[in-house]
Amino acid sequence: MRILAPFLLVVALALIAWASTAFLHLGTLFGVIVPYAAFALFVVGFAIRVMRWGASAVPFCITTTCGQQKSLPWVRQAKLDNPSSYAGVVGRMLLEVLFFRSLFRNSKAEKRDDRFGYGSAKWLWLGALAFHWSMLIIVVRHFRLFLDPVPEFIGVIEGADSVLQIGIPLLYLTDVVIVGALTFLFLRRVVLPRIRFVSLSIDYFPLFLLLGIALSGIALRYGVRVDVTGVKEVAMGLVSFSPVAPEGIEPLLFVHLFLVCVLIVYFPWGKLMHAPGVFFSPTRNLANNSRMVRHVNPWNYDVKVHTYAEYEQDFGEKMRKVGLPLDSE
Amino acid sequence: MAKQPSKESMLDYELGCTPDSWMDTPTEFREGMYCHAAKPKNLEVVGLPNAHEWSSSEEDWNLPAHWKEIVLEGMKERMDKYRSFRLFMDVCVRCGACADKCHFYLGTGDPKNMPVVRAELMRSVYRRYFTTSGKVLGPLVGARDLTEDVLKEWWYYFFQCTECRRCSAFCPYGIDQAEITIMGREILNLLGLNTDWIAGPVANCYMKGNHVGLEPQTILGNVEFMMDDLEDVTGRRFEPTFNRKGAEILLVVPSGDLYAEPGTFTFMGYIMLLEHLGIDYTLSTYASEGGNFGFFTSNEMAKRLNAKMYAEAERLGVKWILGGECGHMWRLVNQYMDTWNGPADFLEQPVSPVTGTVFSNAASTKMVHITEFTADLIYHDKLKLDPSRNDHLVVTYHDSCNTARAMGLLEEPRFIIKNVCNNFYEMPEETIREKTLCCGSGSGLNAGENMELRLRGGLPRAEAVRTVRDAYGVNTLANICALDRASFPALMDYWVPGTRVTGVHELVANALVLGDDDHRTLDLRLEELPGAHADVAADAGVGGAGSEEANHG
Repeated sequence: MRILAPFLLVVALALIAWASTAFLHLGTLFGVIVPYAAFALFVVGFAIRVMRWGASAVPFCITTTCGQQKSLPWVRQAKLDNPSSYAGVVGRMLLEVLFFRSLFRNSKAEKRDDRFGYGSAKWLWLGALAFHWSMLIIVVRHFRLFLDPVPEFIGVIEGADSVLQIGIPLLYLTDVVIVGALTFLFLRRVVLPRIRFVSLSIDYFPLFLLLGIALSGIALRYGVRVDVTGVKEVAMGLVSFSPVAPEGIEPLLFVHLFLVCVLIVYFPWGKLMHAPGVFFSPTRNLANNSRMVRHVNPWNYDVKVHTYAEYEQDFGEKMRKVGLPLDSE
Repeated sequence: MAKQPSKESMLDYELGCTPDSWMDTPTEFREGMYCHAAKPKNLEVVGLPNAHEWSSSEEDWNLPAHWKEIVLEGMKERMDKYRSFRLFMDVCVRCGACADKCHFYLGTGDPKNMPVVRAELMRSVYRRYFTTSGKVLGPLVGARDLTEDVLKEWWYYFFQCTECRRCSAFCPYGIDQAEITIMGREILNLLGLNTDWIAGPVANCYMKGNHVGLEPQTILGNVEFMMDDLEDVTGRRFEPTFNRKGAEILLVVPSGDLYAEPGTFTFMGYIMLLEHLGIDYTLSTYASEGGNFGFFTSNEMAKRLNAKMYAEAERLGVKWILGGECGHMWRLVNQYMDTWNGPADFLEQPVSPVTGTVFSNAASTKMVHITEFTADLIYHDKLKLDPSRNDHLVVTYHDSCNTARAMGLLEEPRFIIKNVCNNFYEMPEETIREKTLCCGSGSGLNAGENMELRLRGGLPRAEAVRTVRDAYGVNTLANICALDRASFPALMDYWVPGTRVTGVHELVANALVLGDDDHRTLDLRLEELPGAHADVAADAGVGGAGSEEANHG
C-alpha cells in the first residue's frame, strides 16, 4: 500500500494528462493554465515554507562539530568540519550542498555475534550525488526551450553531456544516470529492510513522479521525436506571458509537462523542501564560535534561580562551622 | 541493581527489521530498559508543572485532563522558538544514513531506536496536527493521532536517547535527534512525566548546588579525605580553598568528581596540578556542579541551574572560570551558557597565569577547559613529567559525545595523554573523534533500574575497547567526562572486565613530578606503582621530552 498507492497515483496522473490532450483536446488547459497555476503555487508555497522557517528563532549556537575546534594556536583546527569563521561556514555549506559531505562520511555497521564491524558505505552518497547532479544538468539543459537566443553555456553543457556520441539524437549521459540513480534509490527502499521499515508513501511518491518525468522525457527525445520547434514556441509563449495555444503537439509531452507541474506543486508541501532546508540547518550553518562571540537568543527571558543569599540562608550555620566565609558576617 | 541477563542472551539479536512499517509495530515496555517515574516532590521543589503520582510500569499514568492540548500547544510553541525543531520536522527524507549510527540501535536491535524512527515518532504527530496533507490524508502520508500509547512510546524512546548527536554528524541535513529528544522531553515535562533519576538531581542541584546533594560541610569533608590520600601519595599537604573572594580563577567541576571513585582521583589530579603551580584559584560549594541535569528536563530548567556559575564568579570577584572534565557541562558552556546567562562582562579574557597564553577562543564566555589549560602548560614545558609512572597502563581514549560533537575538543586531551603516558592506542577510527560512540548512559540515563539499557547502549563502545585490548593489551580507558567515569566501570565490568576507567588529570597527576624529592611508590588510588622501588634513582632522568628544564622555562 505504501508503494502501490503512490505508484498508481502517478500512473493515473499521467493517464489524465494523456487522455485529456489526446482525446479531449485540452491542450490549452494542460499547456498553459496548469503550468501557470503550478508555477504560482510553487512560488507561493515555497515562500510560505521558507518564511515560516525564517520566522522561527535560532536561540542557541548548536553547531554539530565534526573536527578539531579552534583553540590553542599550535593545535590544527578542522576549518571546514568545525568552522569558527564565516568563511569556514560558507566552505562547509558548499561542501555539504555540492558534494554531500556528511553523506560521504557514511559507514555501515554490522554485527557478527559479539563483534561490530564498520565498513565503508559510499553507495547512498554516490546514488544521491548522481541523481542530484544529473537532475541539475537536465534542468539547465531545458533552459534551451525558455531562452532566445540560447546562451552559449547551454550548448557547452549539452556537448559535454553527449560526449559519448552514441545514437541519433545523441544520447545524453544524464538521461541514463538519472534513471539509474532513481531506480537505485527506489530499490534500496524496497530491498534494504531498515530503509523499507522507515519508508512512507510520501517517500515513494516523489521517486515515481521523478521517474515518470525522466522516462517520458526520454521517450520524447529518443522515441516519438517531439517537434522541438513547436515545443519551444509554447515554452517561449509561457515565459513571455503571451501564451500560444499548443497545436499539434504530442500528448506525451503533456504527460511530461503535467508530471513536472505536479512535482513543483507538491514540492513545497513535502520532504522535497530538504533542498532549501539544508541552508537553514543550525547544526551546519553556524560557526562554532560561541565561546568567542556571544550568541544572542531573541526570546531569552529571566528565570527564577536559587540565589547564593538563599543558599547561605539554608546552609549558613553549617558553613560557619566548617569555616567557610559568609556574606552575612 | 538487579542481576543482569547473560551476555549470550544480551547478544541474541539481529540488526534487522520486520518487513512492516514502523507504524504497524506496537511498542512494549521492557523491564530494564526504562527508568522510574519522577516523584512529585522533586518536581515541586523547582516548580515544574503537573507533578503527580504515577508509575512508568503501570497502564494508567494519571495524565492531567487536557494533556493532549498541552502537548500540541507545547509543540507549536517550540516550533516558533526553535528553528531546529520546525526544520527537523520538515526536511527528513528518510534516507536511512543515520539508521545504524545510534549506539542504542546497535546495542538493542530495536528498529525504533534508529534515529530516523525516533524522530518519526514525533513527526507523525506533527504531520497529523500541523500539516494540511496529514490532516486530510492521515496514515496514508505517515500521520497518526496523538494517543496515550503514542505519548508512552515517546517517553520510552526519548529516554532511550542520550542526545549524543552521532546521527547528526552523518545526516546530510544535519538533523540532530538530540534536538528532537530535547523537545520531546520538554513536552513530556509539561505533563510531569520526567524520570526520577533526572528530577532528583535537578532538585538537589537547585537547592544544594550539585546533583548528588552534597551539602557544604560534606564537600569539605570529602575533599579533606582526598587531600589525606594525596598526602600519603606525595608527602605534601594541599589545602584547596572554597568560596574565597578575590581569587583569580574559579574552578568548577562536575560534582561526581567530589563524590565517588574514579571521579575523585580526577579531582585529586586537578588539585595537585593547580596547587603545584601555585595558581590563585578557589572552588565554590554553591556553584559545586558543572553538569546540568536541567538540560535533560527543559531549556528553562537548564538555564536556572547554570546561572550559578556566572553568579558565583561575579560574587567572588574572580577573573575567569576554569572548568573540569565533564561532557554535557562543556556542551552547555560552549553552546548555551553565554547565551543564557551572559554576557559575563564582569570577568576578564582568560590568561594562563603560568604561560601567559591568552585563551582567545574563550574571549566571551571566559571559561577554559582544563585540558586546554594543561595542554598549554605541557606545550610550554611548564610541567616536569615522568610518564613511566603510568607505564603499567596501556591507555586508550574515549571522546565523550559532547566535547567531540558540540565542541571539537579532540587534540588537547590526546596531547596530554601522549605526554603523560608511554602506551597510548586509539580505538578504531569509526568509533572515535566526531564518530565517537556514546557510553550509553548520558543525558540522565545512568540510573540503576535501566541497567540493561545502559549495558546495551554502551556495547558498541565496549566492543571497541575490547578490540584494542585484544590487539594492544589496552587496560585503561581514559576520558574527560564525569558520566563516563560514573558509568564505564559497570559497563567495563560487564563487557571488558579488568579495564580501568580514569580521568585524564588522574594520569597527569600520576606523572607530575612535584620536586626532586617526589619519589612515589603509590599512584593516586593508593596502589603500589609497579617498579617504583627500582627506579627511585632513575627518576630524575626520565622526565620525558622537554621536561628537564621545565621548572626553569
